Amino acid sequence: MSDAELKHISEDYRWGFADDVEPDVKLKGLNAEVVRAISRLKGEPQWLLDFRLKSLEIYFEKPWPTWGPDLSELRRQMDDFYYYVKPPTQQDARSWDDVPEEIRRTYEKLGIPEAEQKVLAGVGAQYDSEMVYHSIKEELGKQGVIFKSIEDGVKEHEELFRRYFSKVVPPTDNKFAALNSALFSGGSFVYVPPGVEVEVPLQAYFRVNTEGFGQFERTLIILDKGAKAHYIEGCTAPIYTSEALHTGVIEIIVMDGAESRYTTIQNWPVNMYNLVTQRALVHENAYHMWLDGNLGSKVTMKYPSSVLKGRGAKSEILSIAFAGDGQHLDTGGKLIFMNPDASGSIISKSISKGEGRSSYRGLVKVAPAAERAKVNVECDALLVNENSKTDTYPYMEIANETASVGHEATVSRLADDQIFYLTTRGIPEDEAAALIVRGFIEPVAKELPLEFAVELNRLIELEMEGSVG
Amino acid sequence: MANKLEIRDLWAEIDGSPILKGVDLVVPQGEVHALMGPNGAGKSTLGRVIAGDPSYQVTEGEVLLDGENILQLKPDERARKGLFLAFQYPLEVPGVTIANFLRLALQQRFGREVPLSEFYNKLQKAIEVLEWDESYVTRYLNEGFSGGEKKRNEVLQLMVLEPKYAILDETDSGLDIDALKVVSKGVNAMRGPEFAALVITHYQRLLNYIVPDVVHVMVDGRVVKTGGKDLALELEERGYDWLKAEVGA
Repeated sequence: MSDAELKHISEDYRWGFADDVEPDVKLKGLNAEVVRAISRLKGEPQWLLDFRLKSLEIYFEKPWPTWGPDLSELRRQMDDFYYYVKPPTQQDARSWDDVPEEIRRTYEKLGIPEAEQKVLAGVGAQYDSEMVYHSIKEELGKQGVIFKSIEDGVKEHEELFRRYFSKVVPPTDNKFAALNSALFSGGSFVYVPPGVEVEVPLQAYFRVNTEGFGQFERTLIILDKGAKAHYIEGCTAPIYTSEALHTGVIEIIVMDGAESRYTTIQNWPVNMYNLVTQRALVHENAYHMWLDGNLGSKVTMKYPSSVLKGRGAKSEILSIAFAGDGQHLDTGGKLIFMNPDASGSIISKSISKGEGRSSYRGLVKVAPAAERAKVNVECDALLVNENSKTDTYPYMEIANETASVGHEATVSRLADDQIFYLTTRGIPEDEAAALIVRGFIEPVAKELPLEFAVELNRLIELEMEGSVG
Repeated sequence: MANKLEIRDLWAEIDGSPILKGVDLVVPQGEVHALMGPNGAGKSTLGRVIAGDPSYQVTEGEVLLDGENILQLKPDERARKGLFLAFQYPLEVPGVTIANFLRLALQQRFGREVPLSEFYNKLQKAIEVLEWDESYVTRYLNEGFSGGEKKRNEVLQLMVLEPKYAILDETDSGLDIDALKVVSKGVNAMRGPEFAALVITHYQRLLNYIVPDVVHVMVDGRVVKTGGKDLALELEERGYDWLKAEVGA
């Protein structure tokens, strides 16, 4: 990235500040020694170290993807990243007072403690490789809701953890799931007991501070029968000239009749490779929603999946991608139908601006046993400028003829005529463009909690400044 | 100050082909003028050039709004000065409700925050005059609207935004007689000493309901004849060929 580009980006990206925080531990390079060191520092049981080492082997065995965005630059840098950076803090404080001041100030700038007071049921905060804060409302704790770092999940609930961990996304799933399985650090462990409804969202916030760093959080969410919860993740980082890597794995188990939502507002700076695997296993008459908002990053490859395992399981995957100059966002979703009477939909809205490129990649798979599956896929792309790019890769494998499958795809261009129409009503050009973009994503954005919808609108207005005319 | 919309020797082209070839036209405050003429005469182009459509290049002339040349202004700046164009083919903007859009536009028009109650009062009044259903304002702007509904929506915007000068580009086309009456009622409700309109139409029919003070006829990129409302009746009877012959077009 040139200095001029960097300057341009920093002006638009208000989370690009860096903290002067000296880490306790920094581990560089991708090898078994680093993996052992991570496991030792965490004081993990042997089975988990074995799992990590096996996963590292799988990572090395698996070829680099030959499809999707260009990862060749990332590949050249794989030996140069810091794979573990421990911030100078006691792990996972229960009170913000126990978080070092420098780090606490960062989360204050991001508005996290304030949102926690007003609209959230609980907050987890990760800084580089470790969770530095986790807290939930007292009454939820009393009802048996667990919301902790993944490390405390292993330590304090080993049996429950081990029963579900890596069962939804095994390390063999894909190269980056294997990488995460070898290196994972931080992320949340969530358990909601049967029938307990967590009405307001839990939020985890992922912050990167170290340059040339890879973040590998791992989240495991278990909603027991009839439980209900909404988990939100947000992420930002400083802007550095060198590339960074974020490879998360999120596994969700939604048991019979439970209802879960997982919302991502990803706003990484445009030097980030964001390669994430998210999957939910949805049991009988349970429901899961993925709401996936991708605004930042240099490259994103992310296809939230729902495996509709139980009879009558339901899932919705809603996705927004906004790719500006120098960004390639390859996003979409997967729905796998295993048993009768399940239903699901994927709605994807992508915007490409300047030389940005957004791709929809989706899979719908209906197994022979999945009688009467109902599925609807809609992917809409909006191109802001002449040189903006979009592509669509919808895959369908339907092995049961009773399935009802709908698919619709549209590509539209931000029309000069539409902008002219709005400007003749007194609305300035940039605002007219932002209004059209906001309208375009409205069917998805209306599912966002209000605070996030407002933030998204603000980001879009910022992105659309000077984009037309 | 000269309270009028004045067009002086206006020439404009699109992709190198000239459409307007020296238009002269004056619409004083307080008056409603009709602009008629055969297909391809440049009537709609004139409306769009006055409003500031960037796809046209103005090569000569002036458009004066209360004495100020507005040709260097952007469309939104012109609108904030009190100009309004009701589109012949209003655009669809999915995901943006009429209410949200119109309140934004009104705040721009007035240059201040408009409280919800004030906005809804205005909206309510306009909806009543237009005999429309209130539920329309929560629908997305023109999305899935019939031709008639789109035109009604244009007049709704006209009434809420209260421009000083409105250009109505074939607002009557695609309307049945009942809709035509209602839309005309909306425009007539705007009439007054501080409002002027240029009503572009093919048909005399509309002018039975919006009775013009003056009728202009455009042929081949120029205004070739100006007269009273009887001129519209004459055109209805005789067509445009005699006029074309008269001006040698």
